[in-house]
Formats: sequence, C-alpha cells, structure tokens
Amino acid sequence: MVTDNKPSLVTINVDGVEHQVAAGANLVDALAKIGKEVPHYCYHPKLPVAGNCRMCLVELGSPMRDRATNELVTENGKAKIGWQPKPAIACATNVSPGLHVRLESPTVKACREGVTEMLLLNHPLDCPICDQAGECKLQEFSAEYGRGYSRYVDEKNAKPKKTRLGPRVTLDDERCILCSRCVRFSSEIAKDPVLGFVNRGSFNTLTCFPGRELDNNYSLNTVDICPVGALTSTDFRFKMRVWFLKQTPSIDTESSAGANTTVWSREGKIYRITPRQNDAVNDTWMADSGRELYKSVEAANRVTFATVKNAQATVEAAFAAAADALSAGALAIVGSSHMSVEEQRLLARLAQAKHASVYIPAHVGKGDGLLVSEDRTPNFRGALVTGLTDRAPIADLKALAADIDAGKVKSVLIVREDAAMLGLPASTLAKVRSVVLATHHNVTTAAAEVVLPALTVFERSGSFINCQFRLQAFAQAVPGPTGVLPDALVLARLAGADAATVWSELSANVATLAGLDGRLLPAEGVQLDGAAFASHKFPEGKLLKFAPAVNA
Amino acid sequence: MAIKIVVRRPLTFAERTYLPQIIAGLKVTWDNMMRPPVTLQYPDERPTIPKNYRGVPTLIADTNGREKCVSCQLCEFVCPPKAIRITPGEISETSDNAHVEKAPKEFEINMLRCIYCGLCQEVCPEEAIFLQSQYSLTGLTRESMVNNKAKLYELGGTLPDNHHKWDKKKEEAERQSHEGH
Amino acid sequence: MEKILTDLVLSPLWYFAVARGLLVIVILMSISAYTVLLERKASAWIQGRIGPNRTNHPLISWIPFVGTFLAKGGFIQPAADGLKFLFKEDALPGHVRKVYYVLAPIIALAPAIVTMVMLPFGQLPGGQIITLCPGADVGVLFMFAISSLGVYSIALAGWSANSKFPFLGAVRGAAQLISYELAMGLSVLTVFLATASPNENNALSLVSMVNAQTGAWNILFHPVAALVFLICIFAETNRHPFDMPESETDLVGGFHTEYGAFKFGIFFVAEYSHMIIGSSLFILMFLGGWHILPWMPTIGSGIIATLLGLGAFFFKLCFFLFFFVWVRWTIPRFRYDQVMRIGWRVLLPIAVLNLLAYFIWYALRG
Repeated sequence: MVTDNKPSLVTINVDGVEHQVAAGANLVDALAKIGKEVPHYCYHPKLPVAGNCRMCLVELGSPMRDRATNELVTENGKAKIGWQPKPAIACATNVSPGLHVRLESPTVKACREGVTEMLLLNHPLDCPICDQAGECKLQEFSAEYGRGYSRYVDEKNAKPKKTRLGPRVTLDDERCILCSRCVRFSSEIAKDPVLGFVNRGSFNTLTCFPGRELDNNYSLNTVDICPVGALTSTDFRFKMRVWFLKQTPSIDTESSAGANTTVWSREGKIYRITPRQNDAVNDTWMADSGRELYKSVEAANRVTFATVKNAQATVEAAFAAAADALSAGALAIVGSSHMSVEEQRLLARLAQAKHASVYIPAHVGKGDGLLVSEDRTPNFRGALVTGLTDRAPIADLKALAADIDAGKVKSVLIVREDAAMLGLPASTLAKVRSVVLATHHNVTTAAAEVVLPALTVFERSGSFINCQFRLQAFAQAVPGPTGVLPDALVLARLAGADAATVWSELSANVATLAGLDGRLLPAEGVQLDGAAFASHKFPEGKLLKFAPAVNA
Repeated sequence: MAIKIVVRRPLTFAERTYLPQIIAGLKVTWDNMMRPPVTLQYPDERPTIPKNYRGVPTLIADTNGREKCVSCQLCEFVCPPKAIRITPGEISETSDNAHVEKAPKEFEINMLRCIYCGLCQEVCPEEAIFLQSQYSLTGLTRESMVNNKAKLYELGGTLPDNHHKWDKKKEEAERQSHEGH
Repeated sequence: MEKILTDLVLSPLWYFAVARGLLVIVILMSISAYTVLLERKASAWIQGRIGPNRTNHPLISWIPFVGTFLAKGGFIQPAADGLKFLFKEDALPGHVRKVYYVLAPIIALAPAIVTMVMLPFGQLPGGQIITLCPGADVGVLFMFAISSLGVYSIALAGWSANSKFPFLGAVRGAAQLISYELAMGLSVLTVFLATASPNENNALSLVSMVNAQTGAWNILFHPVAALVFLICIFAETNRHPFDMPESETDLVGGFHTEYGAFKFGIFFVAEYSHMIIGSSLFILMFLGGWHILPWMPTIGSGIIATLLGLGAFFFKLCFFLFFFVWVRWTIPRFRYDQVMRIGWRVLLPIAVLNLLAYFIWYALRG
C-alpha cells in the first residue's frame, strides 16, 4: 500500500500523456487513480497478485539507453522508447519512472477481445437469472471490450449449477472464470484455505478440499470479490436484482471493530449487507455474522408502539408516564454501548440533571483477530468520550439489583439493554418505577412500567466510535415502524434537551470531539485522539487494523 | 434565394359572394351522405386486431407448458409507470423445470398504471412477456385491475416458438454427463 | 271525409276548437322532435356515422320487421329524448332571477305557437284556407311582428341567468335579430310590391300571395330577394352559420347555458318551430305555397286537389328542414363581426338596391 504521508511521485506516460503517480504503486491502481480503467478480473488490490485472467494486458515500454554509455537514446529530439515486444499484465507491474503504457493500441484491444472471447466460450447465457447481473465485471467488460457475438459453434460445457460450498455460499460452476480471487482470499485473509481448483482445461473446477467446507465467518467475502456470478450468497440468492437496491453507508454493530458496511435496501426492506471499503478499518472485508443483523429489523418481537403498564399508549401518554416514572426519586440509568454517540450524550445530560447513577453493561465475546473484536458492542468508546461513564463496563447489574432491594433506587431507566439477562430479574425491576427504551420485546420490557420503542441501526442515523477511537457515521437505510421516533429525539425529550444541537454542544464541550459534527463526517470516518482514555483497560486484542496499546 | 414569394391572388367576385364555396361545401357533405357509414357498432361488431397491436401485457408459456419468465426483473426496471411488480423465487429441486432455477413467485401488472408502451416486451430476454390482442379490460375494484401471475398466464396462453433454450441446455448437460465428463 | 276535414278546419264548435288546439301542439311538438331526429341522422350520415339506431320499446320491438325498422331508423328516439327532458330534475340555479328565468322559455315558445296557428297550409275544395286558426288571414306583418318577439326570450334568458356567457349570447342574439330584420323586411317588400295592388284589401295577405303564384313562382322573378330572405331566416332562427346566441365553442351554450331539463327542451322546440315558420314563410312567398309546380294546372278536383296541395306544401317544408340541417353540418359558424358586416354592409344594401330597382322598374312600366 502506498503511504499517504510520504508522497514520492514518479512520472509515467499513458497513451502519450504524462501523469504523476505514486512511486511503486501497482499499475492498475495507479491508472485507476488518474481515471484510466484497466479491465481486470483476477487482480484485487487487497489480495496477492495471481495474474491468471490476462484481461489487464497492456503494452509497456521505457526510454532506451545506450548499452555502452548508459545515455538516453534520442530520436528526432525525443527519447526513444523501447517497447516490450509482447503485451504484459498491468496487475503484475509496479510503476517506475519513465514507464510508458499503451492502453488503447490495436494490440491491447485485440488482447482484451481475445481474452473476453475465451472467457465467454463456456460461460452460460445466465444473465437473466444470475444474481451478479448488474454488478458483474464479466458482463460489463464483455459489453465494453467484447466482440458482441460468438464464433463458437460447439456445445458449451455443462457443469454443476448449484454446488453447496458452505452454509452461506452456493457455487455455480458454469459461471466461474477461474480467477482464483476466492482461493487467495481464503488462504491469505481468512487463513482458512479450503478452496482450490481440480480437473484440467475446460473442466477446471473450483471446489472445497475433501471433507471440508467453506464455513468460516468470512466466507461471504468470497461472494463479494467474485467478479462473476459463480459464488452466490445462499441468503441473497434469487431475492432481488441489485439495480433496484438503494445503498446506504452503515457500520457493523456486532463488535467494536466497527467494520464499514453498505446496506442494500428496496422500498423499506433490507436485502443484504456488504462491506464498504475503509482501508483504515476493514479494507474491503466484513464478517458473515454482521451481514445477518438486518434480520432483526423484521423480527416478530419488534417493539412497534409505546406501552404503559403493558397497554398500548399514545406517544404523548407514554412520554407523560415516563417523565412521571423518572421523577419518582433516586434514579438509576442502565445505558448501553449500542447507543450512538449522540444518544449517549443526551443520556449523559439526563443522568447529570437527575443525579442518576449510570451502569454500562459489558458484552464480551471471543475475538477472531480480524474484524470481530472481544467487545461485542460498537460504541463503548463513545460512552467514555461523551461522558456517559468513566468506568469500565460492568459484567452484570447485580449491584443495581441490590440497591433496588435495599430501597436506594426508586426508579430505573434502561436503554437498549436486556437487564433481565444481566442479573436484574423482572421481579426486582417490578419493585421500582421503570422506563425501558428497547427495539425488541424481552423479559425486561414485559416487566417494565413504560416501554418506549427504539429503532435499529438501520432505521436511524448517528455515529459510533470504534476500538481505534475512530468516529464513524451510519445513515438511515429504511424507515422504522410507523410513528416510532428516533432514540435521540426520545432521549432529548426525556432530558429536556434539543436533539438538533447535540453536536454543537459536543464539539464545544468535549475536547476530543472539538470542531467535529457527526452529521458531516467523511465516508472513512475521523480518527480521534484517544490519549485521554489510555489508562482504561480495553478487552480488544489484535485485529486486522488494530493493535492494543502495549503499555496497558 | 430559396424563398419563393407567393402573391395572393385577389378573390373573384363570385368568390367574394361566398356562395360558390357554400354550394361546393354542400356538395361535399351531400357526397358524404351518400357514402356508407364507417361506424363500427362496438359491442356487436368487434374490430380486427392487427398483428402488431399492443394490448394488455401477458405472460406466456412455451409449447411444453413451461413458464418462460425467469423473473429477471428487467421489465420491472424498464417499466416507465412502474406498473410491474415481481417477487422473484427459486424453482424447487423437485420441479420439472429445476434446471431453469429461477421463476417469479408472484408477478403483478397493475393495469391502472400500465401505459401499453411495450417496453417490457422489448426488454424481455426470455421472450416471456407479450402485449397481445386483448384490449378491453375492465374491473369493478382497484384490486381487480391488478393482474396477478395466474391471470397473466391465463391471458397469455402459449406462443408457438420453438427456442426451448433451457430444455436444450438440460439435454446437452445430460448428454455430456452420459459421455462421462 | 271531406266533411270531417272541413269541419275540423272551419267548424266553430267547441270540440273542434279543442281538437285544433291539441293538433297545433301535437304537430308542432312532433315536427320539432322529428326535426331533431333528422338533425341527428343527417349529421351522422354526413360524418360517416349511423346515428340513433338503438332506442326501442318492448311494445314495438316485438313486431317483426316494423319494430326493427323503427329502431334502426331511430323513430322512437324523439320520444326518448322528450321523455328524458320531461323526467329530468328541473333544477333552478340559485343565482338566477327566478321569475324571468322561468318566463324566458315560455316567451320563446308562445310566439312560435301563435305564428304557427296563423300559417295557411292549403286550400279546401270550397276555396276556404286551411289554417289552424280559421278565418284569421292576418297577413305577413303579423307573422313578422309576432315571430320577432322570440328575441325577448333570448334577451330575458341571457339576462335572468345572471352569468356572463348567457348574457353575451343574449346581447349577440338581440343585435343579430335587429340587424337581419331590416334586410328581411325589405326583401319581403319587393315581393309584395309585385303581387299586391294598391287598392286591394288584405294586400299583405299570405293567401293572396300564394294565389298570385298560381303561374310563376316569386323566386323566378325575385331571386335576389329570395336569397336575402333565405339568408335572413337562417339568421333569424339562430341556425348555423348564424348561431351567435348559442355559439357553444366560445359561449358554452350561449343564452341557454343555465337551462336544463324541460325548460331547455322548450327552447329547443322553439328553435325548431322557428325553423318551421321560416321555411313556411319562404315557401308561401317564394315557392308557390301549396302549388305543386310553377305553371302547373291543378290536378284533380275537390278533396284530391286539397290533399295534393297539402302534400306539396309538406314536401317543400320537409325539404327546407333538411336544407337547414344540411347547411348546419356544412358551413362553419361566422365570426360575430362577420355576422354584423354581412347584415349591415351586404344584405341591407342589396335589399335596398333590389327594392329600388323594382320600384324604378314598376314606375317606368307604369
């Protein structure tokens, strides 16, 4: 990868025009940066170069030097270019000073046409039923660089159309162009080498190693990087054509790694989640587990309306009841690392106003060293930064339960946490006035006096701070259930604050967030200075782009 | 100069009285009266529908009775008034048409929205949707004007083409597997 | 037969008077209604259509051939049209001047009926004139005087409707009627100059006018006057191409925009009555009345001659009604300024010059 902080540029000549590009960059990437597309299938910027698709063939040359004197040879006053006699693949070439490239020469065009024709020899006419259609490199390049008709008179090879590679991936062998991206991903990134090619010639086929299957938590990335429709997501297969889907930038909430995602939805229904490239966080990958989170949006136990004492209530009645319950005296607040930065700030102000004690439960799991961290919440750093808490997350709520039993706490506000699973049983909760803000019904909501509906990460906008102290925004992809207010508005109302001014207040009062506005973040997020919280002990181990502080 | 100036001829006295024109007009209408009427008495008489008529869009089955639509949703995409709505689905493994893999679970054309432009027929890669000769479509409710999949196939029937693209492919796959590849 | 006919026409007995009264209304209404049918059918033929051919009644439709023929020919359509007008809700708009609004259609129909009863149709074998009001040979002045009262209905309807389109229509209608009345009167004068002698009683009588045409018809000696009169009756009846008061393209419905149901129907009948009256006057003054052809001796005698005369008159009337329809579906409407120009700057000078020419001719001849 090119280091951005030390830009050493070299001059290359593309089709007779000189360009400045980063020294040592891969030629495909360097050309893409100056707006020249080199068609390619097997090359992927985040994977080792294989060079087997031959689509990126270009003509290369460099200024000739005299063998005897090592002087530049000139011809008609210009440096004489020594062109390589045969085309070379751009993906295996790094730029060097004075490199000359031909992208539009007859030879290059003939190469692309020939490669395309070869790849299409046995490729089925599946586009109408192929899920890749619309985002298929083969489809795009065939239209752009292919000859437009077939000279092939023999029957195409028939291969298995529906091979199960793993629990989440289905293979259509006929469509495979043997680019080996998936093979390289499995061995190099997922470190789970289960894929390989068998047979020879036209019968060359992708398959799993005997007795193994593609079942690691990163298997769906092979579907993302497959340039054709060979590897398909079993979940998304035949569900919806991609050109109907609206893409919304979002954040994977399954852990504090904070992988950037794109949510694909149509008419308020989410169809799939794919990774969004962020070289500082997740490159172009994400875990399979994070892709299934959208199913919670349409879960049967969604909280879709406010209830007071388990009876449906209007928004106004519920707010009145909540305000009443929260004013009953000695308030305890169970906050969450699943809340956004904005919501946490509003909750912190509520806690301040009511002199409430705040509990942030911990959700710890096993990290995989890649993109699923030990902290299974997206935003504990946010709770620290916004001042919601200054303690490490607590393992359970037994202390709060004891306080309730002792009568020290008169009312409880629980936000986005299932307290009953954390040692605060329903029977204890019933002893005090309680308000719960929740997305899904559970034991806690059943026991609560007032339940206010909350929105999932796909239904509201906000920002998270991941384990790297990187502030990243997520946007609303689909509308929430009718009449449900965003959590920030609900909390602002309870705190008597204005949700619209939360960022001006944050940037004015919180040093870490000075000058920032969470609604205007760049796509790749903003790296914050986490030095102020260096004394904290965080559970995260090494991740793809994160290493825990050594002094901790 | 390409401009030709046409000098307006002054009217003759007869023309200025307007009477010859009236008489000529009366003759025209009289001649018309002598001609047979061109009226088509619609419910009793029906017009002959030309071959290229664009009537109600329908779905068709091939000569083996296989539904040709594979729910690629190109028609849904191209439809200018967004009248088409397809729910794609997978053909079950046990079906005779399992080799086609994909077929619409539901296919709705809202005839209150349809503008009979024929783009769906033009875009269809499987030649499964055709605007046929049906021109009289009425309903008593909005719902009844939404043609569902069953109705569309009932209206569409079978068109006698013999492409059998998918069946040929299946035969070829079977042949190759018999030959031992 | 002859006795009954004579009695019906002449008898002063009350039941004959009632029968005559009913006859006026029945004839007027049914001729108007069937003129409407003619209008619809003829316009359909001109436009390549079929016209009304569906209306039928169970009492008639079962009859083989006849029932079908009546339906195809649309002969039951006028009954349906009339009944529709009769049974529609007779809405009274809130913004109209109610008394005058209701009065206007009555005033439209009354002059039409009054003029109608005075029209002579034929001659009984005894020499008595067949009219619906026996013995009142009132002459052409009365005709013009009464039938011109129709303009009051237009003015009244337009004014009482209290909205802009009817009002514009009424103003146009009034101006148009006044404009063409002059030329019409002058053209008629030319004819009477020829036929009536100074000392004669009933000099302006229509009957003596018809009798004067036993040989040559007036149209042969007074073609210019006939043409002016013909154009003027088109204008007076507000028919195309002179239907300024209605003028549906620019005035919605003109003076009867605000009328519906039977009141509108009455306006309709009045318009067609005016067509009948206008045509009849033309026939009486220029086309020899009940004479079958110019210079043709009376065929047969007694009742036969009477019936033939009546038939000739009726045939000429039918032709004229058809001619009205034919012209309507041929010629586009004049612009309002064109209407005024034709009336004042074309027809009136022609009529005056024509009159002067005949005057000089008669003066020179002595």
